[in-house]
Amino acid sequence: MNERPAPEKLPRDGSFDIRDWLRLELMPHFMCPGCGHGIALRALLWALDELRVNKDDLAVVSGIGCSGRTAAYIDANTFHVTHGRPLAFATGLKLARPDLTVVVISGDGDSLAIGGNHFLHACRRNLDMTLILLNNEIYGMTGGQVSPTTTAERFTTTTPFGNNEPVFDACEVAQAAGATFVGREATLQTPNLKDLLKDAIAHHGFSVVEVISDCTEIYGRKNDLGNSPEMILAQKREMRPEAYRNTVDTPFRPNPFNTGVLARRDRPEYLDVYRARTEALRRQGGGK
Amino acid sequence: MNAQAPVNLQGNHACALGAIAAGCAFYAGYPITPSSEIAERMARELPKAGGVFIQMEDEIASMAAVVGASMGGARAMTATSGPGFSLKQENIGLAAMMEAPCVIVNVMRGGPSTGMPTRPAQADIMQARWGSHGDRPVIALCPASVQEAYAETIRAFALAERLRTPVVLLMDEVIGHMVETVTLTPPTEEEKGARKWADEPKEGFLPYRITEDGVPPFPRPGDGYRAHATGLTHDENGFPTQDPARVAVVMRRLLGKIDKHRDIIDKWECVDCEDAEVVVTAVGISARAARAAVRAAREKGVKAGLFRPVTLWPFPEEAFRAATAQARAIVVPEMNAGQMVLEVQRLARDEQAVVPVNRFDGEPIAPREILASIEEALT
Repeated sequence: MNERPAPEKLPRDGSFDIRDWLRLELMPHFMCPGCGHGIALRALLWALDELRVNKDDLAVVSGIGCSGRTAAYIDANTFHVTHGRPLAFATGLKLARPDLTVVVISGDGDSLAIGGNHFLHACRRNLDMTLILLNNEIYGMTGGQVSPTTTAERFTTTTPFGNNEPVFDACEVAQAAGATFVGREATLQTPNLKDLLKDAIAHHGFSVVEVISDCTEIYGRKNDLGNSPEMILAQKREMRPEAYRNTVDTPFRPNPFNTGVLARRDRPEYLDVYRARTEALRRQGGGK
Repeated sequence: MNAQAPVNLQGNHACALGAIAAGCAFYAGYPITPSSEIAERMARELPKAGGVFIQMEDEIASMAAVVGASMGGARAMTATSGPGFSLKQENIGLAAMMEAPCVIVNVMRGGPSTGMPTRPAQADIMQARWGSHGDRPVIALCPASVQEAYAETIRAFALAERLRTPVVLLMDEVIGHMVETVTLTPPTEEEKGARKWADEPKEGFLPYRITEDGVPPFPRPGDGYRAHATGLTHDENGFPTQDPARVAVVMRRLLGKIDKHRDIIDKWECVDCEDAEVVVTAVGISARAARAAVRAAREKGVKAGLFRPVTLWPFPEEAFRAATAQARAIVVPEMNAGQMVLEVQRLARDEQAVVPVNRFDGEPIAPREILASIEEALT
C-alpha cells in the first residue's frame, strides 16, 4: 500500500487534475493491476473536466460487476444499482431530474446480457444520457465466466472447452436499436477516448460509447494473452480508426474493430418530445 | 372536477387520483391485468400535474426507473399484478436498501404463474412481506373500498416519504375494478407527509447517518452533498462495508426504523370486537364479506366481531391482541390457500381456535361461507 505513488505524483493532463474528481478517501481502489477500467474512468473524468460539468449536477449510475464498482470513486452523485438495471434506473432519474447530467457506467455482461432489454430500449427512446460500456469480454467480478462479447474459442471458467457462442457487437446493436450517438475506443488511445466521451456527453440524446478494456488478471491469464501492455498491443493490431475505415486490411486483421464516432444521427430527444406533446395536450384540455 | 363532489370511480382510478393528490411526480409501469387502469389514468393525469409518465420495456425496468426517480427526489410509483410483482422484487429490495421512498401497487389476481389474470385473489400477502431476498423493512397497506383505495394511496406516499422506504399497496381485483361513490378530499400537507431533506453542512455529511428516528436525511442530487447510494450493504457514509460490527449496527437501524414508527404505520378497523367470542380477521374484499357475516351473526345472537388490518405489514399485533381478548375463536377468510392465517396463528393464544376459510378458485368469499365458519367455530 505504501508503494503506490503519492497523490501529488499522479500524472496531469493540462489543467485536468484527476484528484479533483476522485473520492481519494476510497483509495486504494479495488481494481486489479493492468485492468483497463481505471484508464476508462480517467478518460471519463478528463472529459467531464473539459466540458466543465458541475460535480453537484452530475449523476453517475452503474450496475454490477467490475464496471459497476467504478462509479463509487467519482466525487459526484453516484448510484450503484442492481445487475443490468443502471439504464432503467438512470431513465427514471433523468426523467425526474432533467437538470442533471446523467452518465451510466456498465459492462458487457451488465448491458448486453442481463440488461440487454434495457440497452435496446434506451437506444430506441433517445433520452439525453450517456452510456459508457466497459467491454472486457468477461465476468471478472465473479471469477471469469463467459460473456456475450467473449471472443470465440477463448477459455473462461464456464467455457472450459472454448467459447462456442458468437460475439455480440454492442455498437451495431446500438445503431440498429436507434441510438443517436455511437462510438468506440480502446483504452490505449486515452486522449481519443476522452474526446469521444466529450462528444457523447455533449450530444443531446442517448449516446453509447463502447470502451475496449482489458482484463489481464483473469481473462488474459486464462487465455495466455500476456500482460496488460501485451493485451493492449494486441488490441491495437485489430483497431481500425476512422481515417482507415475504407482500407482493405482484412487479411492482416482477422477481427478488426472500428474506432471513433460510428454513428451520429439527428433525432428528437425523448423529453423534448414528451414535453411538446403533453404541453399541447394541456392546452387542448385532453388527449385521446 | 370539483374535488369535493361525490363521484363514481373504480378502485384503480381512485388509486391513480390518490397518487396525483399525494403529489406523485413520476410513474413507470408495464401493462398487466387487472392493474392497467392505474397506468392509463396516470398517463393522462401526470402530464397535467407537471409529472412524467413512462411505460417501460418490462416490469423490472419500471421498478428500477421508479427507484431512480425517487433517488432524484421525486415522489414515484408503479402498479402491477402478481407476475409483475414477482419481477419487481429485485428492485423493491434495492429501494429498501437505498432507502428510496416509493409506492408499489399490486392489484392481486389468481396465481401462481400467469394464473387467472381477470380473477381476484389475495394470494400475494406473503410475497408482499417476504418477496425480495434478505431481511428488509416492509410496509403493506390493504384497502377494502374505493374510498380507501384513494386514501390509502395518499397514506402510502406519506409513509414512503417520511420513512424512506418502499410501501406496497395491496389491492385485490375486486377492489381495483369495483365502482363506488367516493369523495376525493384533497389531503392536507400533513396527510401528504414530507421527506426529510438533508439540510446540514456538506463537509463530513453521512448519507446513511444513524438518527434518533432511524431515518437518515435525504441528500437531494444537486444540493451539493454528492452522496453515494448502493445496493451493497453500506456504512453510514454510504460506502460498502463487510465489517460484521458495522453491518450489525447499520442493518439494525434499517430494520428497526419500521418499529420506531408503528404509531403512524399501524392502522386497523374493529367492528363489535369488545365482547366478541369470535373475531373474523380479514382484509380487502374478504373483509367486506366478513362485515356482512358478522352483522348476520349478531342478528342471530352470536357475539361476532371483525378485525380488519388496513396496514397488513407490519401486522398490527397489539391491536389484534386487544380485539381478540375475549375471543374463543378467530375466523380467517382469505382468497388464497392460507397465508394471513399463519400470522394469526402466530399471534393467537393457545386456547383460541383459528379457523381458516379459503377460496382460491377465482371467486370472492361469500358472507354465508364466513357465517357458517363463525357458527362452526363456536360449536
